[in-house]
Amino acid sequence: MRLTQGTFSFLPDLTDEQIRAQVQYALDQNWALGIEFTDDPHPRNTYWEMWGAPMFDLRDAAGVMQELQACRAANPGHYIRINAFDATRSFETVRLSFIVQRPAVEPGFRLQRTEDRGRMIRYTLHPYATDKPAGSRYPVQE
Amino acid sequence: MNDTVSKVVPGPGRSRYTPGVIPYAKMGYWDADYVPKDTDILALFRITPQEGVDPIEAAAAVAGESSTATWTVVWTDRLTACDSYRGRAYRVEKVPGSPDQYFAYVAYDLALFEPGSIANLTASIIGNVFGFKPLKALRLEDMRLPVAYVKTFQGPATGIVVERERLDKFGRPLLGATVKPKLGLSGKNYGRVVFEALKGGLDFVKDDENINSQPFMHWRDRFLYTMEAVNSAAAHTGEVKGHYLNVTAATMEDMYERADFARDLGSCIVMIDLVIGYTAIQSMAKWARANDMILHLHRAGHSTYTRQKSHGISFRVISKWMRLAGVDHIHAGTVVGKLEGDPATVAGFYDVLREPSSPANPARGLFFEQDWAGLRKVMPVASGGIHAGQMHQLLTYLGEDVVLQFGGGTIGHPMGIQAGATANRVALEAMVLARNEGRDIWNEGPEILAAAAKHCQPLRAALDTWKDVTYQYASTDTVDVVATATAS
Repeated sequence: MRLTQGTFSFLPDLTDEQIRAQVQYALDQNWALGIEFTDDPHPRNTYWEMWGAPMFDLRDAAGVMQELQACRAANPGHYIRINAFDATRSFETVRLSFIVQRPAVEPGFRLQRTEDRGRMIRYTLHPYATDKPAGSRYPVQE
Repeated sequence: MNDTVSKVVPGPGRSRYTPGVIPYAKMGYWDADYVPKDTDILALFRITPQEGVDPIEAAAAVAGESSTATWTVVWTDRLTACDSYRGRAYRVEKVPGSPDQYFAYVAYDLALFEPGSIANLTASIIGNVFGFKPLKALRLEDMRLPVAYVKTFQGPATGIVVERERLDKFGRPLLGATVKPKLGLSGKNYGRVVFEALKGGLDFVKDDENINSQPFMHWRDRFLYTMEAVNSAAAHTGEVKGHYLNVTAATMEDMYERADFARDLGSCIVMIDLVIGYTAIQSMAKWARANDMILHLHRAGHSTYTRQKSHGISFRVISKWMRLAGVDHIHAGTVVGKLEGDPATVAGFYDVLREPSSPANPARGLFFEQDWAGLRKVMPVASGGIHAGQMHQLLTYLGEDVVLQFGGGTIGHPMGIQAGATANRVALEAMVLARNEGRDIWNEGPEILAAAAKHCQPLRAALDTWKDVTYQYASTDTVDVVATATAS
């Protein structure tokens, strides 16, 4: 399967040039960029690991791209996303969030159904990858 | 400024209370010198007086009939501080290009209204006055809701920001579709459509306004199969998915029962129709806030009173009331689709729903400044006759905080429902990507879509199937500057 969280997951994986353009767009809106990574793709896994604090006061996308390369080198076989935070009053939230690295193989999710009272079914989403301990969930190609 | 109609009418003195019938303007409902207070509720009416009826008297009558007046003088007025309770018409202008119509501005003291009650507000403002004989027609065009009054309402149960955070979807419009055919599918077949559309790439699927609990599909069956579809699609994609379960029913008890069941099944959103009424809407908004649910409102019925310019209520006023009442989604027009929607007028509705405050902007039909005092924002929904080939126009007209609903444009796709959903999602993401890269999507839109279709056969098929579909008709509900043809 292909995890389709994030703003651009239905497009072919973005090239670094395309990523840089999106980062520059976010910077031009005065948004702060943050890089996050995880190996737990559950859609309710809200808090991915932060690769440092969001980068405030940045003007040039190059700084973000440099951090992205470092994050990729340290976290192969992980999902990495770039978030853009808008501090404008009445927003004060993420305005753009897109995946910039994903594991080579994505085994997907098991849908656990538990029959309940009447015809009610309780549903649980279980990422196959999380059967293994954190850090060893996705094969890393050397 | 427009031609202001002015006339000095003597203020009410002792003779004001002599039994009999005297003109409304002389009863104190017209005051050309009145300066509205910051706490006043202001209303702008479009009035069409009967022949021979003076426009100022007509405006005063509107102010009177929507506040304290009755047709004759009553001495019991003198037991009250009646001067302060009178609605006051304070300005009358000719409507440009419509010689028999006038804009009448009326101010109401805040004490006239119960806090937090749309029912009470509307019982005055659109009560008896709309059937008043001396007027041929009457339309409520806009209202200014003072901060002091806004703060008495809960507002949207969830709001745009929190909805996006719950759904984990940022940076692009959301995508939806309404299950078709509207009527006749069994619960099991219905869930199939939901599953296909969500798995293919939509964020939401939606019940139609008249899907409630009919012989072919009772509501519990629909809810159970639909939630199977929602959860299964989430497992296939790793995304949060939702289906607007319509809980509209005959009584509040029925609606609460259905909404509770939707919540217990794990749905993130429920839906109601405008026809359930203002009080029921406010009740459901309160329920949604208490149960962490997004509340979708379908505006079924609104065109009976919003579409014609001479009589009724503008949808911008309905939008304001619904933001106060507390819905999270409301259908507010597409501009380019099959339903009524002049671009400037629709932009005005979107401002009302999404902006923290907005200045008066006559070019968008907004007559008053409006401060929402921190009330959450409503997500507009664009639905009706739109397709992937219009993505650049939709994004330009409607922006990012909107749900784009492609019903026929998903389910009618020649390669199937999943393909239809994928075509829409790819078209959308490609257009947002290009816009952010600084491309001129208005002019380069078709090229951007064609390029995206190279890696997406379903998008190619969608563009080929619907390339010539447009709805080029003049809008009836336009701003009063110039009538615009609806763009394709």
